[in-house]
Amino acid sequence: MLSFILKRVLQTIVLLLAVSILVFIGCEILPGDVAQVALGQFATEDNVRALRLELGLDRPAYERYLSWLVGILQGDWGQSITTKTPVATMLSERLWNTGLLALVTTVVAVPLALVLGLLMAVGAGRTWDRSASIVVLGLSATPEFLIGSLAVLLFAVQLRWLPAVAYLSPGSGFSQTARALFLPVLTLVIVVTAQIARMTRAIIANLLTQPFVEMAVLKGVPSRRIVGVHALINAVGPLANIVALNIAYLVSGVVVVETIFAYPGLAGLMINAVQARDLPVVQACALIFCATYVIMILVADILAHLYDPRSNAQAAMEKL
Amino acid sequence: MTSSVLNIQDLVVEPMAGGRPVVDGISISVERGEVLALIGASGSGKTTLALAALGHLRPGLRVQNGSVTLDGTEMLRAAPRMLRSLRGRAIAYIAQSAAAAFNPRMRLDAQITEVSRVHRSRSHKEAIQTAHRLYGRLDLPNPDLVGSRFPHQVSGGQLQRFMIAMGLQESPLLLVCDEPTSALDVTTQVEVLRALKQGIADNNTAALFVSHDLAVVSQIATKIAVLRSGRMIEFGTARDILESPKDAYTKELVAASKHMTISPTSRGGSVAPAPGPEKAPLLAVQKVVAGFGKVTDGSPSVTTLNDISLNLRKGEIVAVIGESGSGKSTLARVIAGLHPAARGEIYMDGKRLAGSVENRTVSERRRIQLVFQSADTALNQKHSVGRILGRVLKFFHGTSGSARETRVAELLKMVQLPPEYANRLPSQLSGGEKQRVNLARALAAEPEVLICDEITSALDTIVAESIIRLVESLSKELGLGIIFISHDLATVSALAQEVTVLRHGRIVESGSTQAVLSAPQNPYTQLLVSSVPQARPGWLEEAVATRNRLRHALEADRSSQALASDGVGNALAITTGP
Repeated sequence: MLSFILKRVLQTIVLLLAVSILVFIGCEILPGDVAQVALGQFATEDNVRALRLELGLDRPAYERYLSWLVGILQGDWGQSITTKTPVATMLSERLWNTGLLALVTTVVAVPLALVLGLLMAVGAGRTWDRSASIVVLGLSATPEFLIGSLAVLLFAVQLRWLPAVAYLSPGSGFSQTARALFLPVLTLVIVVTAQIARMTRAIIANLLTQPFVEMAVLKGVPSRRIVGVHALINAVGPLANIVALNIAYLVSGVVVVETIFAYPGLAGLMINAVQARDLPVVQACALIFCATYVIMILVADILAHLYDPRSNAQAAMEKL
Repeated sequence: MTSSVLNIQDLVVEPMAGGRPVVDGISISVERGEVLALIGASGSGKTTLALAALGHLRPGLRVQNGSVTLDGTEMLRAAPRMLRSLRGRAIAYIAQSAAAAFNPRMRLDAQITEVSRVHRSRSHKEAIQTAHRLYGRLDLPNPDLVGSRFPHQVSGGQLQRFMIAMGLQESPLLLVCDEPTSALDVTTQVEVLRALKQGIADNNTAALFVSHDLAVVSQIATKIAVLRSGRMIEFGTARDILESPKDAYTKELVAASKHMTISPTSRGGSVAPAPGPEKAPLLAVQKVVAGFGKVTDGSPSVTTLNDISLNLRKGEIVAVIGESGSGKSTLARVIAGLHPAARGEIYMDGKRLAGSVENRTVSERRRIQLVFQSADTALNQKHSVGRILGRVLKFFHGTSGSARETRVAELLKMVQLPPEYANRLPSQLSGGEKQRVNLARALAAEPEVLICDEITSALDTIVAESIIRLVESLSKELGLGIIFISHDLATVSALAQEVTVLRHGRIVESGSTQAVLSAPQNPYTQLLVSSVPQARPGWLEEAVATRNRLRHALEADRSSQALASDGVGNALAITTGP
């Protein structure tokens, strides 16, 4: 068991190193010259050369990669080219905002989606399942900008209950934060719940065709227990993976929602940085996004492993 | 009639999509303490009928007519709540494959006591005590501890006994057993049958026992209903059916089950071509060691075959018998070159064959052909029979055009199928016909050695019998050398001239079929021979007695083997350890 976790953690570290190399190469081959963009199109040849020298762009790539990597390991993400502030400072504020949004959405959406998916699986094929399936499929096919805009129209413009812009000022109180978060969270909950509920239904409905479920039925086990115990314990692995992917999406893929509500999150930061050719920021964001995916998958794999008695037995066998 | 535990009247169950009814107007009743066997081939409707007793229909089926009354309750019209309260408590189900019917992620105790839990019949502590008492009665090792294991941590025979315990946990009025021993090895079948028989007798439980095996049924049933194509064609006491069957189909079943008992005086041995020992064998396997994992000094880390030698002459049928895990399929793969041996040689006509099929010439490959157990997976479901056979002809002989068509027709004739079958898809064939095509596919290569790996184990008794006759005639007509791998001694006794008995990857006994099966020397062979079901009263008790007598010798045998070889010793420790 422990050896499995250790092995997977080591693999993850190697993978993260590989990802950092890819991120670095990716930024290297981005079109456009940082110094040129930073100084504008009327900059003289000499000025551009001087800036390149200052930024260390004349050094060979592997050298710059190594110093970047060593810097990250020490908590130094470099300096933004456009704002001249340390990247770490810019990240910390945005990271907190993104984390808050992802956390609240996860806490609401995951239990909701699992319950919804289980209920649909129980009534698989019946009217309730069909109508719920249509709604859920429709919602997961609706672009989030549409859901977000409609939510703004309804709650902010028509009803005037909530602010249309979710601007978080530092030091704002709980109720103010809650009001600001409500609409973006609502939009994301709808998107994420639809995805997870659909997958949950598919996984559970498939498990319900297994012979051990028929056996449980013939033992007189009520259907809520069959779904909630017999099927669910067999679905932990795949469900953990789906939830993990959705959480990773909440961290990295919510740029549209951030834009609609002017929410100051990481994804928006990255988009701005790409437009400004602010490579240290781009690299930092890219690395954080990739790391989120890799780490979430690691957590899901470990969870799946813990819940599988067969893998435990295998580990015990290896010890023999 | 009022005392009946179960009463089924004029039941008709049909597919929702329409078509022939699966159960067509059957009426049966089961009294307290009675065991009614439903016997028939696959597709006869016996499982559907048994499940109807629980008020359960598989998806896609509906009741068109009839009633099912369990202890006064109409099961087909009962509310779900009522059904739930009866299932597991008044009527319990024992499924065919325990491996599939247990939840892989729940401990056995939890699954067995779940019946008590959902019916709130007793406290958790009492439920556990009841379960552990049942484990003890069913001869499970360490009754107080074994239930904390997960299903994959016990053997197949033990799991089947756990399922019986689950069925008996609430002392039901009626136990529905759906082929409870069909998936087991013969020696395990004896144990499970005994446990089941005792469990039924202890509680004076009534039982509905579904099976395709008349010999098994004869040991446990008081009455027998013979089903065919959804209809009950004969019904009577077990004795009447076995001794004086009336219907032609029943007669055929009884005859097939008699053929399937070991008869050393039959074919085996007596008609051996007896070629002189000076004649070189067609195929010689010499001291083969094979297994899995890293090979060091010619021994793999897990050994599945140890020191196997075997000779096969032209026109001879050599049987390899053993139970699951004995290494018999690995042997087939080693000879065919699909699993290179770690040590040892294989000679064909005195010429050494490469271990791996990639290093053998096309002609060497052509000369050894393998017939797989399951025709369903061996034949491409999307290709017509003609295309399946034609592909082999093209590959080995470059036959094409009308020559190919002629040859396909010839091959079909060889396996006793009409030439029109060339245009059919495997899904349009019955199980037995598919297995014939499977044989024809191997014959298309014009092999000299045919390896048949459990080719009859997925078939019903009567169909299996006809396939065996076919294999026999092929060996005579074409002079093929056949290695016939099987777990079924009875099949082998009627077919092979030589037999080799494998246990845990070692040869425990070999020789002429007659000598080995009529006077087995090794205790394991004795056990195998005594475990072959016989359709006569008292066989089960004898088999259990023999088993107990041999138990000591078998364990001594096993531990001496373990000491003799480190590699096998380790493998055994893993497979038999907790």
